[in-house]
Amino acid sequence: MAEPTATDLIAALRGAVVRYPAPAHAIGPIDLNIAPGEIVALVGASGAGKSTALRLLAGLEPPSSGQAIVASGRTGLVFQSPTLMPWADALTNVALPLNLAGLDRAQVRERAQTSLAAVGLGDRATAMPHELSGGMAMRVSLARALVTQPDLLLLDEPFAALDSITRRGLVEDLHRLWSERRFAVVFVTHDVEEAVYFADRVVILDARDGRPCADLPSPGALPRAAGWRLDPAYRRRVEAVADALAASMPASIRVAP
Amino acid sequence: MKRMAALAPPVLMILLLLAGWEIACRLLAVPSYFLPPPSAVAQALVERAPVLAASALVTFWMAIQALIVAVVIGGGLAVLVSLNAAAERAVRPLAIALQVTPIVAIAPLVLIWAGLDNADLAVVALAAAVAFFPIFSGVLTGLKSADPDLERLFDLYGAHPLRRLLRLRLPTALPHALEGLRVAAGFAIIGAVVAEFVSGSGASQGLAWRLLEAGNRLRTAELLAALACLTVMGLGLNLVIAALTRLVLRRRRQG
Repeated sequence: MAEPTATDLIAALRGAVVRYPAPAHAIGPIDLNIAPGEIVALVGASGAGKSTALRLLAGLEPPSSGQAIVASGRTGLVFQSPTLMPWADALTNVALPLNLAGLDRAQVRERAQTSLAAVGLGDRATAMPHELSGGMAMRVSLARALVTQPDLLLLDEPFAALDSITRRGLVEDLHRLWSERRFAVVFVTHDVEEAVYFADRVVILDARDGRPCADLPSPGALPRAAGWRLDPAYRRRVEAVADALAASMPASIRVAP
Repeated sequence: MKRMAALAPPVLMILLLLAGWEIACRLLAVPSYFLPPPSAVAQALVERAPVLAASALVTFWMAIQALIVAVVIGGGLAVLVSLNAAAERAVRPLAIALQVTPIVAIAPLVLIWAGLDNADLAVVALAAAVAFFPIFSGVLTGLKSADPDLERLFDLYGAHPLRRLLRLRLPTALPHALEGLRVAAGFAIIGAVVAEFVSGSGASQGLAWRLLEAGNRLRTAELLAALACLTVMGLGLNLVIAALTRLVLRRRRQG
């Protein structure tokens, strides 16, 4: 298969290295291509550089060397915690990117309301963040990331703090929204099962330097059919990814199953 | 009912102390110029109420003016230096120097600058100097304590510095600023009284004047009555700011 050119891609990292001064260490070089409309999960041990890769793709951190190619277009970002402004209601939180862009008030309100409704919280526009459950707050955060109609959605372990039922609900919602809009997603997670279920392909970052050391496509089509978690192909891929993840870690931090 | 239960212990403690004080003064026949009993202080408070109230009002107004000046200069300066790390490094040592300089030591200088016949201005300036630091420090700390992920989000959306200030940093700073204001309010009252003391008879006849006058004439009950006025004033201002804080932050997450 021909190597895609930068113009075919939503974002790419080309030999991107990030060096940190104290304690001195480096992440990379990372090579990664993100095509329009694909969902890529980044999996790796803690400190492998998953979040660094995400910041590079968001353009929030320049690489020390190499290139981070961020396609012109809009990017949405969701963090591990909802990161809502505690002084503002749900609608104002969702409207933030539009307000920062200086759009007119009526348009901001309408688009924020639509985005909030898309995540099932149309009736909670005036709720303050502390009045929302963890799952609801995360949905508000997702609505904020999607309000600009992004071409690329970056998710930094967004489900880590949620219970498994809420987590599954959010994954299904994300698949539904993705089917409607076909934005590309880069999704950082520790959870192998979640990565295989949610993504088109799973990229494993080496625990030592953050280099992608395996790139494994998930079987089956997105969004997943009901009961797909019981599919033997899914189970086999989870095992393969778990093995590749274990191989990406130095023996000293590997834990026997 | 809950509020009553919360108030009961401090009120009971104060009543117990007053009762103990009253009984000790009577039993030990303590001379009233040395330590008058609370009943004598209460009597002085009633008898001298018009004079004490007028003086308290003068001191209170000085403290309020000083607080307003401190909010405008301290808050404004904090916002300005928060926009530039070099400016903060330049200004912070000066702010700390102002904080650690005793107000009594700079009073003669400020009096000369304000003009000896313009002592009120000197009192406000000195009290404002004392109230400045808690506000400057509170606002600056607040402006710099925004959630780093929210800061990243503002970076991602290319927020203009003014929008970042208005939509992220100032709302984040608000609880810190209100806490600074609460501390500064107490300092402003202390500063106003100390400044009245050191400004001598040139200043308006605030509570410091009443304290000096009563002390010089050994009217200790009146002296303690003036002190009680000061305490009530400080507590009152503190309660008003606490209520303002609750009102402003009522919709935010508590704790």
